[in-house]
Amino acid sequence: MAVTTEGNLGSAQDSTAAAVGAINRAKKFDLVFSAAGILVMVIAMALLLSLIGDLVIRGLARIDYEFMNSFPSRRPERAGILSAWVGSLAVMVTTAFLAIPIGVAAGLYLEEYARKGWLSNFIEINVSNLAGVPSIIYGLLALGLFVYGLDFGKTILVAGMTLGLLILPIVIVSTREAVRAIPRVVKEAAYGLGADQWQVMWNYVIPAARPGIMTGSIVGLSRAIGETAPIITIGALTFIAFLPPSPIQSEFPFVSFAWLNENFTVLPIQMFNWISRPQPEFHVNAAATGVVLMALTLSLNGIAIYIRYRLRRQYRN
Amino acid sequence: MATNNIPTADDLERSGFVMRRRILDRAMRVMLFLCAALSVFVTTAIVVILVRESWQFFQQVPLLEFLTGTQWTPVFADAQFGILPLLSATVQVAFLAMIIAIPLGTIMAIYLSEYAPDAVRETMKPALEMLEAVPTVVYGYFALLVMTPFLQKFIPGLAGINLLVPGIILGIMILPYVVSVSEDAMRAVPNSLREGAYALGMSRWQVALRVVVPGALSGITAAYILGMSRAVGETMVLAIAAGQNPNLTLDPREGAATITAYIVQMALGDLPHGSLAYSTIFSTGLVLFLITLLFNVIGFYLRRRFREAY
Repeated sequence: MAVTTEGNLGSAQDSTAAAVGAINRAKKFDLVFSAAGILVMVIAMALLLSLIGDLVIRGLARIDYEFMNSFPSRRPERAGILSAWVGSLAVMVTTAFLAIPIGVAAGLYLEEYARKGWLSNFIEINVSNLAGVPSIIYGLLALGLFVYGLDFGKTILVAGMTLGLLILPIVIVSTREAVRAIPRVVKEAAYGLGADQWQVMWNYVIPAARPGIMTGSIVGLSRAIGETAPIITIGALTFIAFLPPSPIQSEFPFVSFAWLNENFTVLPIQMFNWISRPQPEFHVNAAATGVVLMALTLSLNGIAIYIRYRLRRQYRN
Repeated sequence: MATNNIPTADDLERSGFVMRRRILDRAMRVMLFLCAALSVFVTTAIVVILVRESWQFFQQVPLLEFLTGTQWTPVFADAQFGILPLLSATVQVAFLAMIIAIPLGTIMAIYLSEYAPDAVRETMKPALEMLEAVPTVVYGYFALLVMTPFLQKFIPGLAGINLLVPGIILGIMILPYVVSVSEDAMRAVPNSLREGAYALGMSRWQVALRVVVPGALSGITAAYILGMSRAVGETMVLAIAAGQNPNLTLDPREGAATITAYIVQMALGDLPHGSLAYSTIFSTGLVLFLITLLFNVIGFYLRRRFREAY
């Protein structure tokens, strides 16, 4: 403006007009950009939703009591996913029991105990790299180490250990984030009263970090349920027409861990198996299995997101 | 002696309470350290297993032949071990996936970070997270049984098993990941930079493209690289929809086995442990591991550098 006061009125009007033009162009461009953003989002979402919708329409009608309670069969109309969902459940329980305690412990150590130095730095790079290692490499690790190295066979225990290692980085990272968010005063008050480090961890840090740990663990488990590649690699059978022995026994000592050493199949493997067959009837079975699988993973994720959402509201108040 | 029931420090010491706590504290410190060290052990175990199991392979097949051979026929009588066909399929699919994921992901991330109202962002972020949880075998189903028959109507010569459709599906699959990592990077650019730019008279898109994107560039690049690493290592979509024939081709309408699909195919078959064909799954796995390791380390450093910048 300082320049235009010295010049004539005409050029002032010109430059104002030019500025208005530039602003209008910028506004128009803004509009185009935001429309492009919405368009891309809508297209991507619509594509995914229509794929998922297609799966649900094809598969939902196939799911009934019979389907959930039958073993796989060569005849598509008599086949079911009993052994698959029982196997998925058993593997998931094993995974949770292994990955959650170890992951929480590792996360606590890295966040609260480890001094900043080359060692903690090295472990940190390591964890972040492990999070990016393709799942099939974990399968090769398990094949070489558990199946042939330690001769464990292709059992539920081995699958649980493999998937446990796979989701370990997720549990570690979420534990660290949850622990980092705890206010320092909580810990300092406890130390001030004479608590030692483990007492502070056990009585204050772990309870306060529990929602964050739960969110991370559930997300990890939902990933474990959907994993196929590592389980195929350890050589899990695809045709299983029996169930592992029940963990609860009628005789003393009433619990049995024999199921850990049993062969098994899981939902994604059953689905993969049915997709690879040429008959369209099996594809319907695959779609139905996919619906069950998606319902499981999405509801687990929904729970995790809900826990985190409630946690965030808590902190705001 | 104390007359009331409150124990003194001496009492606690004498009764062994302090000793027990101290032992527990030390023991737990060691336990926690061992758990943290497990991650290092896992990485070491992966390297050791892959190298040890492919050792036999590299004694019989020269490294140069392995890396430059154009034929991959490990179970034929006249076995050829050239990884190029598997590698070319892997690279092509990852490339196709990135063609989809990079532009769409960047536009979505800019929109969500700079334009979208809070309500849209607060619904889209969890929705994207939910999509990341869809099992990959379901995406494989989409690729083989839904998308391929649909696209065959429009693309002449598209085989039932091809590289194009898995590439597209893979791009859609890693899209949520690319969006959420690059959106996080853009959100981490301090508001003072945006406000300074607005005060100079910049419009929204100018702020987005000239301030936020350059400011978040290393974070955004990390998102691309980590997304690529996922595309290279993805297995089920390719095992289902890209076929199991090693095929050195540049035509994405044909099918060709990727490294991951090959490993799955071999694992499904009944190869005797210890045979040369069996050891190929570890030698190809080693190549896959090294490629993703490279991407992951680059991604890690870019992300860390970005975090340190602000």
